[in-house]
Amino acid sequence: MRLSSKATTLLILAAVIAIAPVFFPSSYYFRVGSLIFVNGLAVTGLVILIGYAGQISLGHAGFAGIGAYACALAPVHLGLHPALAAVLGALLSAAIAYLVGRPILRLKGYYLAVTSLGFGILVSMVLSNEAQLTGGPDGMAVPELGLRAVLKAIGIDLSNTEFWYAFSGLVLVLGAWLALNLYHSPTGRALRALHGSEVAARTVGVDVAHYKLVAFVLSAIYASVSGSLLALQNKFITPDVAGFMHSIEMVTMTVLGGAGSVLGAILGAAILTTLPQVLTIFQEYEQLMLGLVMMLVMIFMREGLLPSITRRIRGRAE
Amino acid sequence: MPELLQFLLSGITVGAVYALVALGFTIIYNASDVVNFAQGEFVMLGGMITFFAHAAGLPLPLAALIAIIVTAAIGVALNKLAIEPARGAPVVSLIIITIGASIFIRGATQLVFDKQLHRFPAFSGDQPILIGGATILPQSLWVIAGALAVFVCLWLFFTRTLIGRAVLATANNRVAAQLVGINTKYVMTLSFAMSAAIGALAGVLVTPITLTSYDVGLALALKGFAAAMLGGMGNPKGALVGGLLLGVLEAMTAGYISSQYKDAAAFVVILAVLFAMPQGLFGRKSTDRV
Amino acid sequence: MKFVLTTTALALILAAPAFADIKIGATISETGPASFLGDPEAKTLKLLVEEINAAGGVNGEKLELVIYDDGGDPNKARTFATRLVEDDEVVAVIGGTTTGTSMAIIPVFEDAEVPFISLAGAIEIIDPVKTYTFKTPHTDRMACAKIFEDMKKNAITKIGMISGSDGFGASMHKQCLSIVGDYGIEVLADETYGPTDADMTPQLTNIKGKDGIQAVLNPGFGQGPAIVTRNYAQLAVGLPLYQSHGVASDGFIELAGAEAAEGVRLPGTALLVAGLLPENDPQRAVVVAYKEAYEKATGKPVSTFGGYAHDALRILVDAITRAGSAEPSDIRDAIEGTKGLVGTTGTVTMTAEDHLGLDLSAFRMLQIEKGGWKIVE
Repeated sequence: MRLSSKATTLLILAAVIAIAPVFFPSSYYFRVGSLIFVNGLAVTGLVILIGYAGQISLGHAGFAGIGAYACALAPVHLGLHPALAAVLGALLSAAIAYLVGRPILRLKGYYLAVTSLGFGILVSMVLSNEAQLTGGPDGMAVPELGLRAVLKAIGIDLSNTEFWYAFSGLVLVLGAWLALNLYHSPTGRALRALHGSEVAARTVGVDVAHYKLVAFVLSAIYASVSGSLLALQNKFITPDVAGFMHSIEMVTMTVLGGAGSVLGAILGAAILTTLPQVLTIFQEYEQLMLGLVMMLVMIFMREGLLPSITRRIRGRAE
Repeated sequence: MPELLQFLLSGITVGAVYALVALGFTIIYNASDVVNFAQGEFVMLGGMITFFAHAAGLPLPLAALIAIIVTAAIGVALNKLAIEPARGAPVVSLIIITIGASIFIRGATQLVFDKQLHRFPAFSGDQPILIGGATILPQSLWVIAGALAVFVCLWLFFTRTLIGRAVLATANNRVAAQLVGINTKYVMTLSFAMSAAIGALAGVLVTPITLTSYDVGLALALKGFAAAMLGGMGNPKGALVGGLLLGVLEAMTAGYISSQYKDAAAFVVILAVLFAMPQGLFGRKSTDRV
Repeated sequence: MKFVLTTTALALILAAPAFADIKIGATISETGPASFLGDPEAKTLKLLVEEINAAGGVNGEKLELVIYDDGGDPNKARTFATRLVEDDEVVAVIGGTTTGTSMAIIPVFEDAEVPFISLAGAIEIIDPVKTYTFKTPHTDRMACAKIFEDMKKNAITKIGMISGSDGFGASMHKQCLSIVGDYGIEVLADETYGPTDADMTPQLTNIKGKDGIQAVLNPGFGQGPAIVTRNYAQLAVGLPLYQSHGVASDGFIELAGAEAAEGVRLPGTALLVAGLLPENDPQRAVVVAYKEAYEKATGKPVSTFGGYAHDALRILVDAITRAGSAEPSDIRDAIEGTKGLVGTTGTVTMTAEDHLGLDLSAFRMLQIEKGGWKIVE
């Protein structure tokens, strides 16, 4: 069995999403599941940026913030339907990523890290300072998506948590499918080439700056949609969604699970989303355990959980 | 213009705090190319341990000394337990390891100590010193002097001592350094001990001004990181200038433009500088390895 | 099937048997930027539940407290709220340390019809009234009103403001600006600072430089107000300085230094001045008892915020006792019928239109003198 192939990844993903609810003892598990999918979508975008193209961003929560606040603001001020607002947010994120990405992607390593970090902080600062518009640090309400009511009218009656589990699961599968297609496309090959060595990629004629920008813009769209889904699901949003900690969380999920593989990164999202829920039994030791897990995985499974585990399994089989 | 002078003094005070944190980043980065995001926790530990040792009845200088030694030991442990085993891991993995370490240290501190804010008395009292209509606290002078002293020591260390050059050699080419007989493991241990000690010293100096609690590390680390990048990572001169520049920039923005967007202004300037000079103001030029 | 394994592991952990008869929930910001508020709240809840159970529980049944730390993150709080309602099946919830977390979780309780008592300041939480939502702290607007009343009494009509840009400071800043006109007071300078800032002298220099300002107001909590107070003394601004209820604890005087804090005024609760209350004060017995119990158990001075949690639990226990039932809807009705309950923040009387039940008299204007508190009214 080859886990890296596109069909297997999608099959595993869809099967887990469909079958898992059988084991759910209460609707709280649907809530955790839907959060995993929302985070999974953002990290799928980061797989394109970090895993494929080898670039870093410590500011992608900024795009999640744009997506989230688009859903809160556009329906009120522009009269847009929340779904269209999410699309508008994604377009806006793409445009901003294009403008910001051009200059900052010339930088490397820690310099790229600090500039992307600065970008994220700027977005969260605007969201929390422009209180007349955004409600400030206390946040603001987000209108209902309305899709659940439509489904109910045609006979599919889902509870709120069930609906969001199914809907964000669907969006995640779609996002994963697109990312996997990209991997095998000429663009994907170009990205992987520049990940290996920028100089080498340039000498064989890859427009390095262009492809880095493509990866940056695509990952921004994923983050934005993930922010929109979060806002619509919670029906309330605060600037925390764009905060530095959220950016770090996204990168950690990606790298922890395995930045090189979509399934791995989603696994990372699943683990880091459920971890705080499991760690509540440790009470005051929660923070301690979280830090410990982050360090241990990165020290002993450098490529991330999934790639390390599959390699070990394969190594044993041979 | 007493206002301008007051803004400047405020900026230099805050800038010296940033510079002290930024200087702590320098040594580890030079020895290993690792930006240690737990550097802010060293600053926090310096303040917290000093406070609790002082509260337990020890005189302040002794409490500060204990804090610096304990923090240096924690720095060495961090290197031995987390950084050394991860040798050769990509930048993003190292970022996550050091962030994991900082969450871990924060979690441990809140258990060992508490979640309250703390302050211990300033070294030379709280009587403000008047300079041309503006004022500065004596503790600010301590912080500024501390930043300058650490800078001079580091500069001498890297240029005048054998071991300092060994650190730079290790950073440049690990294998070559080993070939000429440098004990690179020892160099790494030493640099973590020194960085942690500088961080703790910073904590001791700034706590009477900024106060401390288990969670002040992250904000300090971010500002110190930004300052170090602005000046050019790895260069003590860059850390000092970057820190002071950042502080003055914030104070001027708060004074003349908008206190709401002073942090934003700082980041905009950092972005602008890095666009023009991708290695920071004093950064060393690096070339791509093929 | 890593995912399934994780969820089954979760299910096992959560299926742990519960022997308690009445299960109540809490989601509190014990860590994160609001831990300054959340930490004493959580400690208070744990302490009081123990105390109540030791004394025989409520209606002969023991209380079980399920408490989660949301770290101040509204998204996490929402997940914990869902968990409390759907999985732990608690009959009532206390929490929402901040306005952000409270607002994010209110819909969960309204949908599930479980009573919720918030510990956050903003008026939006209970205005408009929501069927299942209550709160214990005074609104920020009441704190502003108390301060402006005191200013008016002292013939202060032109002020400068310097506010924290965190949730607490921003919310109170907004509320103060919305009512300042009613008191004939004008805000001539309006500055802010970040929650982790180390020096506020530039902002204070600007306020000091504005002609005509007669007093300065600083809405905020945490280290910010302590640093503002120290910078204020450093610059020798020389005008009356008003702080908010956000710093109403003995710890503030310690942080700012008794010298710098001399003369600072703020609206506080009876809790802070427990020892100074006259013998016949109706709140005296309650605040002294809580203060002694808390300080004995934790070794830390009490804060107003722990008092909010104290009152929330008292209201809840009182309601369950009166209802004689642990059904969420019965508890809700009983909470709404709370009458004359003496808490640390004041005497609470709720109605269908008022889910807070406090008035301005609950606040006391305090002044710091020689490192201690003095009631000035």
